[in-house]
Amino acid sequence: MSEQFEPKIVAFVCNWCTYAGADLAGTSRTKYATNVSIIRFPCTGRIDFMLLMKAFENGADGIIVSGCHPNDCHYTSGNFHARRRWIVFRSLLDFMGFDTDRITFSWVSAAEGAKWAGLVDETTQRIREKGAFTDFKKLDCSTFEKISHDAITE
Amino acid sequence: MARIGVFICHCGENISATVDVAKVAEKAGKLSGVAYSVDYKYMCSDPGQTLIIDAIKEHKLTGIVVASCSPRMHEGTFRKAAEKAGINPYFCEMANIREQVSWVHPKSDATTQKALDIVRTMVEKVKKNTALTPIKVPITKTALVIGGGIAGIQAALDIANAGHSVIMVEKKPSIGGHMSQLSETFPTLDCSQCILTPRMVEVAQHPNITLYTYAEVEKVTGFVGNFEVTIRMKAKSVDHSKCTGCGTCWQKCPSKKIPDEFNEGMGFRTAIYSPFPQAVPNKPVIDRDHCNYFQKGKCGVCQKICPAGAIDYEVQDEFLDVKVGAIITATGFDLKHADFFPEYGYGQFKDVIDGMMFERLASASGPTAGEIRRPSDGKIPEKIVFVACAGSRDKAKGIEYCSKICCMYTAKHAMLYKHKKHDGDAYVFYMDIRAAGKDYDEFVRRAIEEDDVHYIRGRVSRIYEKNGKLIVKGVDTLMNGDPVEIEADMVVLATAVIANQDAETVAQRMHISYNKHHFFAEAHPKLRPVETNTAGIMLAGACQGAKDIPETVSQASASASKAIGLFSSNEMTREPIVAVVNRQAPPNFTSCTGCMLCMEVCPYHAIEREEMKDRTGNLIKVAVKVNAGLCQGCGTCVAMCRNKSIDLQGFSNDQMLSEVMALLNS
Repeated sequence: MSEQFEPKIVAFVCNWCTYAGADLAGTSRTKYATNVSIIRFPCTGRIDFMLLMKAFENGADGIIVSGCHPNDCHYTSGNFHARRRWIVFRSLLDFMGFDTDRITFSWVSAAEGAKWAGLVDETTQRIREKGAFTDFKKLDCSTFEKISHDAITE
Repeated sequence: MARIGVFICHCGENISATVDVAKVAEKAGKLSGVAYSVDYKYMCSDPGQTLIIDAIKEHKLTGIVVASCSPRMHEGTFRKAAEKAGINPYFCEMANIREQVSWVHPKSDATTQKALDIVRTMVEKVKKNTALTPIKVPITKTALVIGGGIAGIQAALDIANAGHSVIMVEKKPSIGGHMSQLSETFPTLDCSQCILTPRMVEVAQHPNITLYTYAEVEKVTGFVGNFEVTIRMKAKSVDHSKCTGCGTCWQKCPSKKIPDEFNEGMGFRTAIYSPFPQAVPNKPVIDRDHCNYFQKGKCGVCQKICPAGAIDYEVQDEFLDVKVGAIITATGFDLKHADFFPEYGYGQFKDVIDGMMFERLASASGPTAGEIRRPSDGKIPEKIVFVACAGSRDKAKGIEYCSKICCMYTAKHAMLYKHKKHDGDAYVFYMDIRAAGKDYDEFVRRAIEEDDVHYIRGRVSRIYEKNGKLIVKGVDTLMNGDPVEIEADMVVLATAVIANQDAETVAQRMHISYNKHHFFAEAHPKLRPVETNTAGIMLAGACQGAKDIPETVSQASASASKAIGLFSSNEMTREPIVAVVNRQAPPNFTSCTGCMLCMEVCPYHAIEREEMKDRTGNLIKVAVKVNAGLCQGCGTCVAMCRNKSIDLQGFSNDQMLSEVMALLNS
């Protein structure tokens, strides 16, 4: 039996809600998959979505973005900006043929340790089924040349 | 060249039970830039901190990563240790390997690997850290209190008695607010004016309080400790420095038929008026909308007869700029008014009144001198029906919340009526009796048991007039929902408490948030109940939500103590986690192109326009700058910036990218 695929997942979370929620999962000793590592931002509004692309480029198989619930933002409105940005970004990714199911966008409050653990497990399972993300690795210079060549000849 | 120290904590066995700490320390030691790596039982303990301090000195470390618990727990502890060792505290980062690793994963290689991944990530981050200095902001030790009701009065007196200056702004001609209109107060039935007016006088006479009545806050800029406020001083048409308050003018004023707001329209006042006899200041203003001189251009009686020569028709609104360090918002509430209850005939039948009108009828200073008489014909009612929850807790009316004070004041009203008209009948229709307060339930029981007020649990469906009586139709849900019909002489509706009608404008001027009912939002419903999300702006009283007098006074004192706490030092220190716009040599000055997108998304209005000029003053470029006093460090502007001209200290683009790269490239 071949070994099960263990995806690498990066979580971009805000300091005030989801990071605290993940801490709560810890203090409650809730167990969840080891695949997700957290990068702490002050607010989801701070998350530059190009960083998500950088993560995929560097070998991430999946991404979680999570912050405070709407109206609960520590900075009043940062999560609303993140949500709008995500809506726009998602349609751009869809247009490019990117599998947006690899990105989970969620709200986890400082009181939702169990939700955080569930979110991690769900996402890990989903990405595990999808397998490794190789689309970026497949891209090389020749691909770009071909695309631009096609564009010109059309 | 960076020399990073890595300190892995066992946290007793909390971490070491599932993470192979020795292995993490060993592998971390081999990371590029790491000059020293060690594991220890308790890093946060005294010997643990000494270990860190000694290592920084001995190995000439430029930055440290402490891999232990959450930074929310001990970041401050380790930053202080770093500072003690002589490096900038912001060169200390924490790798959270307890809450987010050892406590949530079983003992395994994967767990140890994850701990190492996080350590590596933070090592890469700390390499990109920069020395930051906490921001020091001077504090103007003057407080602005907006609103002169009991909340504003309490807050102003507390701050003034602590020795600080207070500026109080009240939009009406007198301070006192709604409390001055009340007859007696529950649950002690002591006279409202008797306990309030001495405090009003104290405000007026206090050497530390500057009182501006008939004035409104027009504009608020600046930030905690350094607000700049523009106050609009509405034209009073009476020079209060000359006026003695003798009252000759309002006795002679020919416009006598103006509905009196203080008596809820149940009496009349003149165009030049002081709202009530105990007003502070007890000096009149001219209501220009009703004054013959201003409306028709002729009259001028008051000017002719004023013995002090204080009347000035030419005076215009004036604007006053003041600097304050803290603002206490105590703008109060309103009651839901007429046409809201067509089924109850409110506004249609004169004898269907609201709670505040009843207060005036019961008040010794009211239009009936304290006798409870029907507004329609002046007769003393034989039977009064009180309707609680008129509008409150009613989704259909758009007010889901409980107005909190109605249960108590309805019991009080019924009691006051029974005390004045012993053989009268008082009925109360209620949904629930919410009398949770010290001596509150006893008070309601007293109304029912001693004063024989008839409580009927059920709602009123309709009120209409028939043969000079008001027919109240409702149900009694404790009697199987039987219909009840009462022929009343008067009906008092405990209408819902709503936010002040200009609450939204006030909130927008102050940049504070409010809920959908326009009540101002506290920073945290439990742990920061008197502060707003804007540092330095506090809330007091019913502007934050319906509340009674004791609660209002407590909140006012609490917000006053927040202001006094702020004023206890000459300057305050803030975390330097703020946004900065990059700087370049002229003629570029900065890479910012002045698109102003950041300005639009900033929730704190912390981003300001900056004009770059050459030596002769010609405008070369428009860009932005960040007001560090206002910036709270959310970083929304950073993600918005098109060409990365603005960055967030402590969470810079460079640092975040390094983290992502390090996490994924082992």
